[in-house]
Amino acid sequence: MDPKPTTIAVEGIAKSFKGTPVLRDINLEIRAGELLALLGPSGSGKTTLLRIIAGLESPDSGRITFSGADTTRVPVQKREVGFVFQHYALFKHMTVADNIAYGLNARRRADRPARNEIAKRARDLLDLIKLEKFADHYPAQLSGGQRQRVALARALAVEPRVLLLDEPFGALDAQVRKDLRRWLRDIHQRTGQTTIFVTHDQEEALELSDRVAVLHAGRLEQVGTPIEVQDDPASVAVLRFLGDALDVAAEVRQHRLLVNDRFVLVDVATRGDGPTRLHVRPWQFDLTSLEDAHVHGTVTSVYRAQGRAHVTIERPGGAVFTIDTAQAAMPRIDERVGLRIVGGHLFD
Amino acid sequence: MAARASLRQPSVIPGFGMTFGYAVLVLGIVVLLPLCALALRASAIGIGGIIDVVRDPRVASALRISFGVSLLAAIVASLFGFVAAWVLTRYNFPGRRLLDAIVDLPFALPTAVAGIALASLYAPNGIVGGWLAAIGIHIAYTPAGIFVALVFIGVPFAVRTVQPLIGEIDREIEEASATLGATRWYTLVHAVLPPLVPAILTGFSLAFARGIGEYGSVIFIAGNLPYVSEIAPLLIVIKLSEFDYVGACAIASIMLAASFACLLLINLIQAWSHRRFGHV
Amino acid sequence: MSEINATDIGLPTLRAASVVTERRPVRIALIAVAVAFLLLFLVLPVAAVFQQAFAKGLGAYFESFADADALAAIELTVLVAAIAVPFNLVFGIAASWAVAKFEFTGKALFVTLIDLPFSVSPVVAGLIYILLFGSQGYLAPLTQSLDLQIVFAVPGIVLATIFVTFPLVARQLIPLMQEQGIGDEEAALTLGASGFHVFRTVTLPNIKWGLLYSVLLCNARAMGEFGAVSVVSGHIRGLTDTVPLHVEILYNEYNFVAAFAVASLLAGLALVTLVIKSLLEWRYADGLAASARH
Repeated sequence: MDPKPTTIAVEGIAKSFKGTPVLRDINLEIRAGELLALLGPSGSGKTTLLRIIAGLESPDSGRITFSGADTTRVPVQKREVGFVFQHYALFKHMTVADNIAYGLNARRRADRPARNEIAKRARDLLDLIKLEKFADHYPAQLSGGQRQRVALARALAVEPRVLLLDEPFGALDAQVRKDLRRWLRDIHQRTGQTTIFVTHDQEEALELSDRVAVLHAGRLEQVGTPIEVQDDPASVAVLRFLGDALDVAAEVRQHRLLVNDRFVLVDVATRGDGPTRLHVRPWQFDLTSLEDAHVHGTVTSVYRAQGRAHVTIERPGGAVFTIDTAQAAMPRIDERVGLRIVGGHLFD
Repeated sequence: MAARASLRQPSVIPGFGMTFGYAVLVLGIVVLLPLCALALRASAIGIGGIIDVVRDPRVASALRISFGVSLLAAIVASLFGFVAAWVLTRYNFPGRRLLDAIVDLPFALPTAVAGIALASLYAPNGIVGGWLAAIGIHIAYTPAGIFVALVFIGVPFAVRTVQPLIGEIDREIEEASATLGATRWYTLVHAVLPPLVPAILTGFSLAFARGIGEYGSVIFIAGNLPYVSEIAPLLIVIKLSEFDYVGACAIASIMLAASFACLLLINLIQAWSHRRFGHV
Repeated sequence: MSEINATDIGLPTLRAASVVTERRPVRIALIAVAVAFLLLFLVLPVAAVFQQAFAKGLGAYFESFADADALAAIELTVLVAAIAVPFNLVFGIAASWAVAKFEFTGKALFVTLIDLPFSVSPVVAGLIYILLFGSQGYLAPLTQSLDLQIVFAVPGIVLATIFVTFPLVARQLIPLMQEQGIGDEEAALTLGASGFHVFRTVTLPNIKWGLLYSVLLCNARAMGEFGAVSVVSGHIRGLTDTVPLHVEILYNEYNFVAAFAVASLLAGLALVTLVIKSLLEWRYADGLAASARH
């Protein structure tokens, strides 16, 4: 492997398709050896950004550097990136081993390793992806998860400077997804390669990555560790994208936060007085008596799963939301309940 | 009815007995019965009889010309047909749609019309022929004329069999190859072309099979000189006009056998490629 | 597909400028080769037909049709097509219905047999009817006792024409109907519609453009068939000569203007067929998508 993993800098990248901007002034630094998730909903521009980094698409403005060297105009063939496509893009007329060896065989004679060296490298990679017995199979004979692993091995075979994965688990079912996630993490730890993957699944991003870059409508909303983006979302868009939240009217008065004229334990030391909105996650509620409640409503459904109660409540105005609590006492349907807020994020 | 019901999977859609029964009846009377007549006649002649006919130098040379020129024409049609299919599918240029529509022309244009048109073009006093004659090349009334006519006939087979597959090429395949460092040429040769080979072979076989049997577009331009530019189908017509049914049937059965061999080949290619490539 | 990417927004040109296409000079060279090839082998011959037909002016062109034999040939050709096309249409619909809407043993064989006439030389197609109905044919005793003249007469021409155009309609409709599945028909049946009603109101609207094109192509091929008809017709001028056969006679008599004038009718028919096909394709791309080969 590369002794010094590559850093990638994305500087002021913008791109539009037929006049529709899909990326606006993206600035992002990817550290050497880190596993970064590009997270965002459909149409946020995350795949386009990945394709621009790979050289499959060229930006309208801005530049990309690999370890400080400008690669914006370097063609994809020379950029030394390993790209794993969402639908694998395996060569279906080639065996698994030939697929993996493709990039090495494609080299000019002078740069091409000897035949037995290529074969050995393919074997090692088959080993790595635990498909030793499938060397002579064709892609059509493999399952989705196996194809994905072959696609990754193929990308790794050319010893790329960075590994780029586009929705790597998007087309797989839930169980295979979970296994592959853990496996990708392992591989990354073993190779220590700078890796970027695109996903629209927050859980996947939060579980796998060292840092998450959240894109929304072509803008980079926040970059941070999974914990940072969860605990301190930079915008409502990030907050919303990372999970459900109920926003309630609140007021700051003398460095205290009040909802429904009752105190909420959220730090507002640096805020001036005035109205604001408090965004509360489902687990930041406790069931309580009506007198103590920050908000109240009528229970419309209740179920318990994996040790937690999920209670759906209709507020007087008609708004419906579900809370998620570890409390043992379950309310009945049609019961009027009060909720105490134990945390939340403030956005005006 | 009970027997047939067990042969097909149950369905609520009505009309199987009626439509299938009618289709089989018509197929039997229009296609199979007449072909059986040829098979019957051929078996009456026997292998020995057929060999005797084929040993006749004029028949042998006609078959050689028909098969040889068809092979050459099918190769050329497949080659240029592939380029045409690629260009028509992948590139955008003015007149593309018009050209694409024109590919079907040999399907729709009567062979005799094509025949006299080609003959007039390539005759020594024709537009192309005159120009070529000036540099000493003679097309009309030589095997080259047969070749020109058979390329004309073969083009749509070559183009239309590969065209849909070229349209379906997954761009990600080409991108994947590029990210792995392959040059465009390497990508085309190793990643794009191989999956198209079965379709190219199918188009080639169709063009070849059609070329062996082609009559109308060839006879006007070929000149029909025995031993030089006389094709097998024409010899059948000549034998028929001489009431030599044995000779006609012998040649016909050889041609029919060749057609069936092509048909079988096509089915084998398709079965193989389906097994190999499946759906990824 | 969760992402806006170039294919979604339809930017083949923009992406074509990047990694998935050849360099510009290569593209231009390939386009030049393809265009030259198609012009030389396909466009030039058709152009030649019209050029030759009008070589001696409009007067000479129209004079060619004043001939009684030419008119008789046109009449016969229209008659033959008027029988052969509907016949193949009915067969094509029946066969494609059975193949596309049902699963049964021997389906692959059935489809192969439908295709068979395409792999038979037109000359052989004519020959087999002579073997059947000729004076020494297998069915000669039958036709003689019924006083029927099949070969060297109109019925033989019709039969040979049906044979060579036999697979056209079925070939076009089978993939179209298969693509469509049977969901719509099942839905209509559960609503109590009869079989014919379902076909007319549910199936037909979905296949009508493909059907129209296949009928047009079948018609063009039926009117233009030469080899098979030539073998069974007997070439009785004014009686069993179709338009293509008449073209041959005129050409062999060195009456080029008349030959090409009559031929231009058929060439015009072919061009009209292609124009209609292209128009249908551009407007109803899906309805003709399956017309890959004939």
